[in-house]
Amino acid sequence: MRKFTKLGLPIYSFLALVFMLIPIAYTIFFSFNDSTRSNTVWEGFTLGHWLNVCDKGAICEALGNSLLIGAVSTLIATVLGTALAIALVRYTFKFRAAVNLGLFLPMATPEVVLGAGLAAFFFNAGFPSGMLTTIIAHVMFCLSFVVVTVKARVQTLDPVLEEAGRDLYANPNQVFWKITFPLLLPGIISAALLSFALSFDDFIITYFNSGSVTTFPKFVYVAASRGVPAEANVIASAVFILAILIVLVVQIAGAVKRRKLAKTN
Amino acid sequence: MAFAAFGGSAPAVAGAANRKGGKIVLALLLPGLIYLGLFFLTPLFSLIITSLETPDASGAIGVYQYGFEIGNYWSVMTDYLPQIFRSFFYALLATFFALLISYPLAYFIGVKMRARPMLQRLLVTLVIAPFFISFLLRTIAWKQILSEGGPIMQWVHSVGLLSPDQYFIGTPAAVIFGLTYNFIPFMTLPLYTTLERFDVRLIEAGSDLYASPAKVFRKITLPISMPGVISGTLLTFIPITGDYVNASRDFLGSSKTSMIGNMVEADFLQNLRYPTASALSVLLMAVILVIVSVYVKKSGTEDLL
Repeated sequence: MRKFTKLGLPIYSFLALVFMLIPIAYTIFFSFNDSTRSNTVWEGFTLGHWLNVCDKGAICEALGNSLLIGAVSTLIATVLGTALAIALVRYTFKFRAAVNLGLFLPMATPEVVLGAGLAAFFFNAGFPSGMLTTIIAHVMFCLSFVVVTVKARVQTLDPVLEEAGRDLYANPNQVFWKITFPLLLPGIISAALLSFALSFDDFIITYFNSGSVTTFPKFVYVAASRGVPAEANVIASAVFILAILIVLVVQIAGAVKRRKLAKTN
Repeated sequence: MAFAAFGGSAPAVAGAANRKGGKIVLALLLPGLIYLGLFFLTPLFSLIITSLETPDASGAIGVYQYGFEIGNYWSVMTDYLPQIFRSFFYALLATFFALLISYPLAYFIGVKMRARPMLQRLLVTLVIAPFFISFLLRTIAWKQILSEGGPIMQWVHSVGLLSPDQYFIGTPAAVIFGLTYNFIPFMTLPLYTTLERFDVRLIEAGSDLYASPAKVFRKITLPISMPGVISGTLLTFIPITGDYVNASRDFLGSSKTSMIGNMVEADFLQNLRYPTASALSVLLMAVILVIVSVYVKKSGTEDLL
């Protein structure tokens, strides 16, 4: 056992991480494949797909839809979710347990049930599915994840800071915008990032509620039966690299800030 | 708590929830709760209503009228028994494998890497990295890596793990493999958040008292990390029971691996059999609610999020 934790554990963890990252590397690698139609066999290196991503028109339209849906639903979910998170950590109220449960349930519901439920709801209400219904659906499943992420941040905030503000005659508005919000911002940014990632990658719920609107995952799913073009790999790789860069910048900025704080102390 | 890793990892300030604020609380809570009521709860009721509908008198395909056809549930349970069984069987195995892979990984990052916070953060980033690239494409990547004629399958056949006429893609094993792979981060994150806070002095105390490492693990580490194990298990098992991408014919499965999700999708979107699709969804949701309520009874609601 002791030997295992010394040598076995790092090796096991390394292998687990490699396993997790293999398909990512594969997807990026095959964005450079000089393939014409289906992108299954390596046919040589090319930058062509990166330089002419939008040649297959439908894919960039799908990407545009996904970016729009992701941005709008992230904005709404982040505002609603941050408010809920603050209320849950900072205040005591009746039905607290019910609220906790009500927020957990959407996370615990299989996507196919969420998708079919909303589709049945819109269908029974005679509401045509399209961009709006997709955004409504995305806000719904992102909301709980925003609450969880921001809640973790609110819990690290010392309420004494807000009390100090109130003691110095700041009104509730000032307390929020000058003290609470800036301190919560890193959590809110992570929540928005997670929310955007979830929305951008969602396929199942979207498939039930988007009608004729094609999103990027929907494009990939439909293409899967005939072979997914390398342009899809290009878009996924570009989004991935951008997201990882943002995460790293946020983390490094946080680490630098902490180091500075440690020095001044 | 499962996704706390996204929000930064400073320790929580105890006793923060103590202020009463009538109007402010309402203003903070109401918009979000109304939204969830409207677009999460009402759709569940829509599903129940639709699941009880009967075919329209005209006999037109895809047209139904309000009814109280409990029989829909009975026919779903008999017609789709194999799919229902498969969903829970696959989910059980995939959750088990995900735990097997995730626990040591989460322990390594959360406990062993504490002395090196920069590396620790980098490793957490690698764990969440799959969230940032299309899961459909990652699944397709596995399909191609493990396809017949590829180097891995050639090796598998050459050492006799599979006979020459056996394919891997399209089998239950391939679907379970894909499900395990896709849900590892959902298992690792909650485990990491509990293990990261785990006080290692307890291990030292255990070994000082002559407990074997195995005993220390069984009596100290495992019980303390139990909230993470449960949370990770829920967040893995539940979504898997409703997944239909991995089991789909165009991905890792075949017509012989279809799960509940595949049936709901086919009935709802292709066959326009809304009542059956809804009845199947309601059944799945009922099972999930039982699982969640058992958890809530044991652990309360505060640790859910």
